[in-house]
Amino acid sequence: MMLEIRGLTKHFGGIRAVDGVDLLLGEGELVGLIGPNGSGKTTVFNLVTGIYRPDAGSIALEGENLVGIPPHRINRLGIARTFQNSRLFRKLTVMDNVRIAHHSHLKYGPLAALCRTNRFYNGEKELHEKVDNYLSIFMLQNRKYEIAGNLSYGDQRRLEIARALASEPRVLLLDEPAAGMNPYEVGRLMEFILLIRERFQLSILLIEHQMRLVMGICERLAVMDFGLVIARGIPAEIRENRKVIEAYLGEEVPFE
Amino acid sequence: MRLLRNLVKAVAAYALLAGSISLMAGAGFVNPYWVQILELACIVAISAQGLNLIYGYAGLFSLGHAAFYGIGAYTAAYLMKTYGGQSQAFFLAALLAGGGASATVAYLIGLPTLRLTSDYLGIATLGFGIIMKVIFDNADSFLPALGGARGMTGIAKMTTIPWVVFFLLASLFVVRNTIHSSYGRAVLSVREDEIAAETMGIDTFQYKMVGFVTGCAFAGVAGGLYAHLYAFLHPSNFDFFKSIDILVIVVIGGLGNMSGTLVASFGWIFLLEGLRVVLPPGYVELRWVLIPVLLIVTMLLRPQGIFGAHEFPFLRGKGTR
Amino acid sequence: MEYFIQQLINGLQLGFVYALIALGYTMVYGIVRLINFAHGDVFMIGAFIGLYTIERFQWPLAAVFVSAIVGCTVLAVLIEQLAYRPLRHAPKIASLITAIGVSLFLEYFTSLRQVFGPNFYSFPRPFPVVSWDWYGILVTNIQVVIFFVTILCLLLLQFIVFRTKMGRAMRAVSFDYVTAGLMGVNVNMVISFTFGLGAALAGVGGVLYGIAYPQVNTFMGFMPGLKAFTAAVLGGIGNIPGAVLGALIMGQSETMVSAYLSSTYRDGIAFVILILVLLWKPTGILGTSRTEKV
Repeated sequence: MMLEIRGLTKHFGGIRAVDGVDLLLGEGELVGLIGPNGSGKTTVFNLVTGIYRPDAGSIALEGENLVGIPPHRINRLGIARTFQNSRLFRKLTVMDNVRIAHHSHLKYGPLAALCRTNRFYNGEKELHEKVDNYLSIFMLQNRKYEIAGNLSYGDQRRLEIARALASEPRVLLLDEPAAGMNPYEVGRLMEFILLIRERFQLSILLIEHQMRLVMGICERLAVMDFGLVIARGIPAEIRENRKVIEAYLGEEVPFE
Repeated sequence: MRLLRNLVKAVAAYALLAGSISLMAGAGFVNPYWVQILELACIVAISAQGLNLIYGYAGLFSLGHAAFYGIGAYTAAYLMKTYGGQSQAFFLAALLAGGGASATVAYLIGLPTLRLTSDYLGIATLGFGIIMKVIFDNADSFLPALGGARGMTGIAKMTTIPWVVFFLLASLFVVRNTIHSSYGRAVLSVREDEIAAETMGIDTFQYKMVGFVTGCAFAGVAGGLYAHLYAFLHPSNFDFFKSIDILVIVVIGGLGNMSGTLVASFGWIFLLEGLRVVLPPGYVELRWVLIPVLLIVTMLLRPQGIFGAHEFPFLRGKGTR
Repeated sequence: MEYFIQQLINGLQLGFVYALIALGYTMVYGIVRLINFAHGDVFMIGAFIGLYTIERFQWPLAAVFVSAIVGCTVLAVLIEQLAYRPLRHAPKIASLITAIGVSLFLEYFTSLRQVFGPNFYSFPRPFPVVSWDWYGILVTNIQVVIFFVTILCLLLLQFIVFRTKMGRAMRAVSFDYVTAGLMGVNVNMVISFTFGLGAALAGVGGVLYGIAYPQVNTFMGFMPGLKAFTAAVLGGIGNIPGAVLGALIMGQSETMVSAYLSSTYRDGIAFVILILVLLWKPTGILGTSRTEKV
């Protein structure tokens, strides 16, 4: 089991953002986390990546406990994520954005950088090539020296995923990667996610509202509402599930 | 082999710069008063590079930079005066000790305060600066040699062009080589978006700390050089106004820009002195009216600073694009 | 014991004056996130206006306050429109440096011989000092005036901020100026009003300070300004009651340290308290943390 979440709970003041959530992500799986806005999905991501500390519950990556570990170490252990509201380094170049994510795998130390040894130059060259590789997969290599904030929306979303991937994770958490995309772009994104899962041997947990994407590529789904998981299963089951429909659309109004 | 080549280039640059200025000064081509001003400008530039690293690159709003300048000054002066005599070797040790003292205090101050958000960090460092000034004022009550509010005298005039140029080039060297590397980019990412940087594997607190401590160490070394330039130290040299001076220099030059900081440092010192010379005797204080106006106009016309993002060729990265 | 209570009252006096200055800082920060370094110098101008109207024109006290209010308000609004408004969309540091520039300019320009001059001037007493001895504790009518005037100002401020349309607009703009603008609030006017309001209080503070500590000089605004700003942060920047609380703490601690320890440490103690408070509660005593949504 790649990622094992049990009884995860987080309160903010009086609000139970996440209230006893169980979630499992197997190796190589592509699981979708869906639910209406404010149901706690992003909070789960924030808890897993260490940005918040859970009030109760456990999170384990291949058996290793993650609770209480700072975010940068959780990333080094193998979990990367994208953000719902893009958090690119807007004033830095595309190249720099991705290079920074690869910093934890750097082949030279600060002293080598200071003295400009061969080790440094080689390390920079290797880093550059690796990042070029990532960028070409994401079709951003033509824009590698552009300032991230100047990219088109679609390019920015792709850059965000490229950046997450550059930290060489085993688990990838995608937070609404299709937000703001038109149907054509969503289709491309779907192929893309499947491609990178295969190529980089990832286990992916996906938050998304676009049902076509969710139903199209997710193997399993978990549905959240008000901090609880209200349903689990394969997409076909979830589509028919009454509780899920109510959560999204509200209860049926009885006719007088 | 590349390392050797770079080393030779650095030594050559130093020899050329320090040698030519020293020769001109020695031969009488340049008035010794202006030589001293030049030395002061270099010292201010070293301190300013430190704040540029702290605020321009690491994004830490520090309003107490002058305090670290002072810690370095008093430490170096005390050690030199008490143990060093006129020895050049000891002078180096004293300067490094001054830098080390500032670095240590920076580390201790940084542990609790670097977690604060920007404006609050500014206030905390401002407060620390004021507290240090009070300590400097009352220093003679626990260590009489430091002079306190009467000032510290009896310091040897050890600061010369070679020393000042050496440390200036060293500070540029350190900042340039670190910034144009993955470590520098990591520092920038902390400035840009801390949370995103953390989730990309960057230990943001560690990088903030390293940036802060290094920048304060620069200020400490600069302080030591300053102490042995005019051979007199007074707490008023290390008050909030002085922290503001350095902040102004860094912002006017362009935040996160080594060239801008360099040029602005020299510009500031020479403008101050130049105005003192240019203005008629009764109107010398007018420079303190002209300078703020210049400040305001510069900010209104070019808020990103004079240099913005452009660096001099020798300060750009090579092979790191 | 009497000595302690005496110092308590002295500390209250200082704290109230700091409060008048601190309010300006906190309101301006709350509305445009700017540390208005020039605010302490507006306070200084208020003191000088007081000096001139009492000494040269010998106006009654009420007129003195009014002229200080008018003068400082006009000055602050002018500064805001000329120096800060153009930079509203520039990086924040540019506004900060400009504020520093304005502060230095005010200090040095007024210190020129042709303007106020660089000396310390004696602030005239607008009324004869009367003191009452109360079991060994001295209370002067100066202190009574300070208390009354400050409390009056605070009540007026409360009224404006919470009971008027402009006050509601101020609170809206400090929360989210973009949305407030979209809702029909004239953001520019509200911001100018806030600057003016803060300056008015500082002007009153300047006159009161001159009455209480009758030595004025064009650099007198620097330290009290710094301390008042620190007080605002101490109480929670952007929070009006917080500014008053912080100011009272600052005034009290400074007076006590000066009385019981040594006056040479008086400037330092306030900042030690500040740092301790920030370590415990990073957003100040009454401050609310604006948590970032991740």
